[in-house]
Amino acid sequence: MSKLWQIEIYPADGYQNRIAADVMADATGIGLSDKIQIDARHGFLLQSDISHDEAKSIAKNLLVEPVVEGHSVHPVGAAEVNQIETDQSVFYVLPKPGVTDPQAESARGAMSELGFSIEAVRTYRKFIVTGADAQQLKMLCSKVLANDSVEQIIAGPLELKELGAGSAYQFELAHVDILNADDATLDQISREGTLSLTTVEMQTIQQHYKRLDRNPTDIELETIAQTWSEHCSHKTLAGRIAYTDENGTRNFENMLKETVFAATQTIRAKLGSDDWCVSVFKDNAGIIEFDGTHNLTFKVETHNRPSALEPYGGANTGIGGVIRDTLGTGMGAKPICNTDVFCFASPDTEADNLPPGVMHPRTIMKGVVSGVRDYGNRMGIPTVNGAVFFDDRYVGNPLVFCGSVGIIPCEKSDKEPKPGDLIVSIGGATGRDGIHGATFSSAELTDTSEQTDGGAVQIGNAITEKMLQDVLIQARDESLYNAVTDCGAGGYSSAVGEMGEEIGAVVWLDKVPLKYGGLSYTEIWISEAQERMVFAVPEDNLKRFEELCESESVVASVIGRFDPTGQLKLQYKDDEVGEVSMAFLHDGRPPVIRDAVFQPDPELPMEIQSSQTDTLSNTDTLKKILGSLNVASKHWVIRQYDHEVQGASVVKPLTGVCNDGPSDAAVLRPILNSTKGAVVSCGMNPHLGDFDPYHMAASSIDEAIRNCVAVGADPNRIGILDNFCWGYTDRPETLGTLVRAAIACHDMAVAFGTPFISGKDSLNNEFSYDAADGSRKTISIPSTLLISALGQVDDVQKCVTMDFKTAGNLIYQIGETKDEFGGSHFGLVNGISGGKVPTVNTDQAKATFAAVHQAICNGLIRSCHDMSEGGLAVSVAEMAFAGGLGAKIDLAAAPCTADDSITKLFAESNSRFVCEVAPENQAAFEALFANVEIGLLGSVNESTQLTISLCDEVCLDSDIYELKSAWQSPLDWN
Amino acid sequence: MLKPKALVLRAPGTNCDEETQFAFEMAGVDADRIHINRIIESPNVLDEYQILCVPGGFSFGDDIAAGRILANQILNRLRDAVEDFRAADKLVLGICNGFQVLVKTGFIVPPDNDGLCATLTWNDSGRFIDRWVKLKTAGEQCVFLKGLDEIYLPIAHAEGKFVARDENILNELESAGQLALRYHSNGTSENPNGSSRDIAGVCDASGRVFGLMPHPERHVLATQHPRWTREGLNDCPDGRGIFDNAASYFA
Repeated sequence: MSKLWQIEIYPADGYQNRIAADVMADATGIGLSDKIQIDARHGFLLQSDISHDEAKSIAKNLLVEPVVEGHSVHPVGAAEVNQIETDQSVFYVLPKPGVTDPQAESARGAMSELGFSIEAVRTYRKFIVTGADAQQLKMLCSKVLANDSVEQIIAGPLELKELGAGSAYQFELAHVDILNADDATLDQISREGTLSLTTVEMQTIQQHYKRLDRNPTDIELETIAQTWSEHCSHKTLAGRIAYTDENGTRNFENMLKETVFAATQTIRAKLGSDDWCVSVFKDNAGIIEFDGTHNLTFKVETHNRPSALEPYGGANTGIGGVIRDTLGTGMGAKPICNTDVFCFASPDTEADNLPPGVMHPRTIMKGVVSGVRDYGNRMGIPTVNGAVFFDDRYVGNPLVFCGSVGIIPCEKSDKEPKPGDLIVSIGGATGRDGIHGATFSSAELTDTSEQTDGGAVQIGNAITEKMLQDVLIQARDESLYNAVTDCGAGGYSSAVGEMGEEIGAVVWLDKVPLKYGGLSYTEIWISEAQERMVFAVPEDNLKRFEELCESESVVASVIGRFDPTGQLKLQYKDDEVGEVSMAFLHDGRPPVIRDAVFQPDPELPMEIQSSQTDTLSNTDTLKKILGSLNVASKHWVIRQYDHEVQGASVVKPLTGVCNDGPSDAAVLRPILNSTKGAVVSCGMNPHLGDFDPYHMAASSIDEAIRNCVAVGADPNRIGILDNFCWGYTDRPETLGTLVRAAIACHDMAVAFGTPFISGKDSLNNEFSYDAADGSRKTISIPSTLLISALGQVDDVQKCVTMDFKTAGNLIYQIGETKDEFGGSHFGLVNGISGGKVPTVNTDQAKATFAAVHQAICNGLIRSCHDMSEGGLAVSVAEMAFAGGLGAKIDLAAAPCTADDSITKLFAESNSRFVCEVAPENQAAFEALFANVEIGLLGSVNESTQLTISLCDEVCLDSDIYELKSAWQSPLDWN
Repeated sequence: MLKPKALVLRAPGTNCDEETQFAFEMAGVDADRIHINRIIESPNVLDEYQILCVPGGFSFGDDIAAGRILANQILNRLRDAVEDFRAADKLVLGICNGFQVLVKTGFIVPPDNDGLCATLTWNDSGRFIDRWVKLKTAGEQCVFLKGLDEIYLPIAHAEGKFVARDENILNELESAGQLALRYHSNGTSENPNGSSRDIAGVCDASGRVFGLMPHPERHVLATQHPRWTREGLNDCPDGRGIFDNAASYFA
């Protein structure tokens, strides 16, 4: 019997204990710091028949950094590693058996490289807690030391016998009796199997099997559930909806098709031979033309539910998944940048005010940022654009949007599997990871989800995916396969089911490489283990394909074949375990039929107190807005991401004289020896949705486009993406707000000529719990529409940034301010509600964007910043402190429908910019804006003062470094 | 005159190989990106090259410690080949993760009886950080930094703090001119990670093996500079000097 060795590692004298510092900070965050001390160590458990000396040699030569670390090597559970004082408690935290443990996998590989045969390796963290009572220990264990969904916590010495996960598997074919089931039983089958199928869907399946005169096997029912899940089929939004609002009732046969998709079709038809869309809404990402040789791809996904339960793993696998979407687009695009947008409750929320079963928003935010960071950075993909939005209604349901832009040779942009092609899976092995992720992400979260749905959460291994990418790009360029797609939600069931939709397929489930034994054929089929992709490889190319994989140490396995049968046949060794017709799988789902209503709220005026309008209070308001969480600097997040790897960075997320001002959009030159650029930006304002989702959507689209245009993108070449994250859309009022937003998406896209090229929705984002008074409470997220934009510039050397450049230059406002304070930050920081919601005048907006773009192309603009949260005041302040220069401006000439300083300073109307222009270019600049409202406000100066007046009467006055400090400090975390 | 050739090493998790190849090619060096498995299969692949570059990335995920596993693999499989390469008056450059790898192989600071004398460990902040830093060269020892004085490059790392087992080791390296690149800002220290003596790059005793945490390959185009929209497009971005020096060593 092999032995278990425990190699324990701790910082040498004089080096900080990072693990301990992290948990101490988290303990402080939940009010546990007083008198409690936590010491921490980490280590490796080795199962092997190596000797003690050999274990010591492995430690010394591989696992320990002797300059900075001390260590010990003992048999597991030895007294020497568990000596504690009477007021101390010791806890070991280990990844649960079967949870991906990249460190352990790498360590095992490296030990084998050293010539040692090790059966199993697991990592652990160990905490020695001093001075905590039983109640405090319980809180520490559940909230700080471990995450129950992926880790196990063991009190006291380790007493393990062996490390391995898994067991022997005894094959047994299972059928589910639905032929004789009544509706209640059908519902029960769906619920108990976490199938998330409705009664009508279960009845449809029952009818289908009645015609076949047999019961389905368990794997057949699972396959149907995965394919029909909201996550995979978007059945609600692509379903029939009767929508009623103040203009009457409109019946949609397929809501998405008739709004978002229809807009794109209209635009493409209008462009005719100039159409620059290549592939929209059909592949894993949208594809648009770029430089004649290459196309660009863009996809944005959400990973909300997993991130609520395990923020690090959820965000980690979220970004990993969307990168695989890029790799699985066409014949495989190369990822060139990532985006990330997060929505959280305030990180300053008191721990006592949290509903039961939710993590503290600060813990969630830290975990999510770390998860994105560790995956994106390891993959070598720069994270260049994003946003963090705070609203307390995200407390139980944080949102995590992950985007990926790719580049692909034009001739590799299409794919089609051929009958007879082998189904080859490459990348990671399959375990029980994420079983029921697809159906889980379609269901509502509750305060017990943490315990019941833990299996749906996983940890990624970025290096496995990077190795997969390296091989994929080479195989693509050698034309070794006919099609590729990624394994995402639903695992192989979705990937093979989709790829073989037009042909048919047979899958040999026993050929799938497993992480450990004991998986049933159904678990293999629906596992959402990460870092796997499926290829359609012609038999003649198989040898070369396998050679290529092996040359880079990537595992490839033939798991089936696309047979032209129209059937999906599933086999395990000699047994046929399932057979479903592709037609039933993809077209058999009964349409979802829903009602949607929208009732506009009466418009309420915003009542501004006279005490809120003098110079002092204006300056104070500006500082408060700059320091509000949504506006405040996100440098703590941005600097943790590598935003420059691949060397393509042209406009970075932070810019200005100290490299710390907020850029409107990111610009990259993905082909380093070309000056053609790609521009990435986003727009989102859930607060406006509380007024009217139509104008929220319109404003978000306007914002995404103007952010792109502000750095130099051509407004006629911007592709956009929609991501709808909504509450419980079975409620007609909730679905009504979504339909209304989708109608705006259609109208704006057509008016601007900015086609939607891809999109995704995540519904039922609600959190239910039992309140202290025994009542059942539900928190719905605010209706959240993220618009992501992908623009282009012909010559990146003409791009502009938002920081003021030179004293003496003129400052212009472009576009007209209106009395629009609905959802504004002025209202937010002053605690006043009401006001008109910002709207978009598309004719004016188009003229404005065109003129700004022309001025940038002509080299007439030195800096340009969009006006959004906080209006003109915030834009000018940011430009000033980013440039380290003062400014003196007068609002008299600011184009505005009102005459007062508050509206001119703080209203949040759309389609506006602030531009800096050199005096010698004044005439040329103004000539371009004949059809656009502009106003010359003042000039940049050498001082450090921002002084704003109205008709020579000062109405706002501040040192720019005070403004900068107000903007930087709220999220300047250690 | 034949162009010198650079081998840009790939391993699982390497991710700066393409832009590093681009930077070498700008300097007139023919650069190939080659997987370590090819070199392990036939170490004489190295004979064709004059420059060996271990580029940035997260080799093997930086699992255990940054660069550790790749360093072990090189020591285990390629120690002689790399020693021969160095002995043949050729150049070795490690950037970021490549520097971590070279340090952990002991090729830059040789180990003594107690093992490695120096290493690169976690930033004082405990986090990955991406930012630009001003750097200053020290001494004439390093072939790659010849003629360079102050340069501006980005860093992007979590484990870039250079530490030695004791002060004597640092003193010896310093007096030998091996602590060749330091974080610097107009005479005041601008140290992003807590590195001993503001060390950003170290060369071996010959000056021909050099590793640095900052990324010179990310500053070979004018538009890579974070303030090019303010300060204009520079004809000779700072990172190029390092690749130009490598090329001209063989001129």
